[in-house]
Amino acid sequence: MTINEIQDELIEDFAFYGDWMEKYEYIIQLGKEVPLIDEAHKQDQFIIKGCQSRVWLYPELKEGKILFTADSDAIITKGLVSLMVKVLSGHSPKEIANADLYFIDQIGLKEHLSPTRANGLLSMVKQMKMYAIALQSKV
Amino acid sequence: MKNFDINNIRADFPLLKREVNGKPLVYLDNGATTQKPQVVIDALVNYYTDMNANVHRGVHYLSQISTDAFEVTRQKVQSFINAEHDYEIIITKGTTDSINLVAQCFGQAFIDKDDEIIISAMEHHSNIVPWQMLCDAKGAVLKVIPMNDHGDLDMEAYKALLSAKTKIVSVTYVSNSLGTINPIEEIIALAHSNNTPVLVDAAQAVQHIALDVQKLDADFLVFSGHKMYAPTGVGVLYGKEKWLNAMPPYQGGGDMIKDVTFEKTTYNELPFKFEAGTPNIEAGICLAHAIDYINEIGLDAIQKYEDDLLAYATAEILKIEGVRIIGTANKKSSVLSFIVDGIHPYDIGVILDKLGIAVRTGHHCAQPVMAQFEIPGTVRASLAMYNTKEDIDTFIKGLQRAVTMLK
Repeated sequence: MTINEIQDELIEDFAFYGDWMEKYEYIIQLGKEVPLIDEAHKQDQFIIKGCQSRVWLYPELKEGKILFTADSDAIITKGLVSLMVKVLSGHSPKEIANADLYFIDQIGLKEHLSPTRANGLLSMVKQMKMYAIALQSKV
Repeated sequence: MKNFDINNIRADFPLLKREVNGKPLVYLDNGATTQKPQVVIDALVNYYTDMNANVHRGVHYLSQISTDAFEVTRQKVQSFINAEHDYEIIITKGTTDSINLVAQCFGQAFIDKDDEIIISAMEHHSNIVPWQMLCDAKGAVLKVIPMNDHGDLDMEAYKALLSAKTKIVSVTYVSNSLGTINPIEEIIALAHSNNTPVLVDAAQAVQHIALDVQKLDADFLVFSGHKMYAPTGVGVLYGKEKWLNAMPPYQGGGDMIKDVTFEKTTYNELPFKFEAGTPNIEAGICLAHAIDYINEIGLDAIQKYEDDLLAYATAEILKIEGVRIIGTANKKSSVLSFIVDGIHPYDIGVILDKLGIAVRTGHHCAQPVMAQFEIPGTVRASLAMYNTKEDIDTFIKGLQRAVTMLK
């Protein structure tokens, strides 16, 4: 699936949940499904800055695609990083760098994109795109 | 003095009537900042609709009335903390600004290489970093009074730290992250018997406990307006005249000078020597109104009410399985800091927010405190005079819901 097809699917999934409580329960559930980062990669260099909780994100280039693994010690944050991994992992650096992540707004998480939010969703997006730009030259 | 009537008090704070995320707001982040009563908001608007002019310089009418109103604040602060002279009250931007002023100016005059500065293990970063910067600049050494796992300072260790090398002690009255009320009179008395002055960080005390700087014999005492129902951007540095006179000015600029030539500038007298530039006039004026408001209700009544509410909240929260209160000192004020086993504080904060309940999560600008307790942060509910038992009940219910969801 393309990045946009995955986004559209998530938008459909989230539309199914009426209130915020169900939405957060779904986000928490997604956190449990995140491809977990290897413990050996839980180093400072893979911590995403700007989060109140700790979030690790590790990029790996395999056959021209970036595979992300991640973890967080807060489960809502883990759900948010899981969402991002779901959308962006398994795509080429170029696709990731150019992705327009419209789903964040449409599933009602836009408030989490403000630079002062403590969950660091914005930092996650920035970091994933930075990795993609850095890895473009290696493809 | 009017009676402590919680319904009247709540009616004075318009913001408390609003909803957040479709729920009536329960505001329990008062340690970060308090909401403002209508009289303060009115004074703020009135300043711009009726008297705006720069202070301390104009001969014209508006400048005179705004100067008078601003100087009323100095006198109100003086009597609020019982300072001997009004010129011992320096109007600053806030607690952080006040501490930086003392660290820099006292430091310049009195701190040399290998001198020692004592702080405590429970200080806010604002009462750590300015002293570290001073130590770096001067080659001085920072010493830290340890605390036990309840959040009580180790007074024996403090006595052992005091020596001929100690040049200043800077300690918080009430801990922002734990709620501990420190034995500040004893801390000051011990320092004085060592001929060492003491700075008291009263940012978390001034809105809860009646202060008397002469009785405490504090050399410096600092606090912020916005945590005591006044606007942001104004704070206070009280300093004994003898220390303030012995210190060089902080910043150079307007208001702090007597005469300026390109060869030499002579400085103004207290308090203006430390008040360079146009101050935050409107917030300064509003601080007087906030003090009037507090005085009308009475700090003793406020303290009693808040203590009862804290005791109630503490008892209720301990009924929830897995809750561990961080900060169980002998004497506490208005702060309930806690963690829940296996749940990150951030997650709890997010769910509470969705329920219209405002708390703070994280390290509360006191990372060394979190390090001692080996936790990433806490959830902190902090009280003000307008909080109610109903607020606590809603908060406890919300917390139960969050715990169920996040376990």
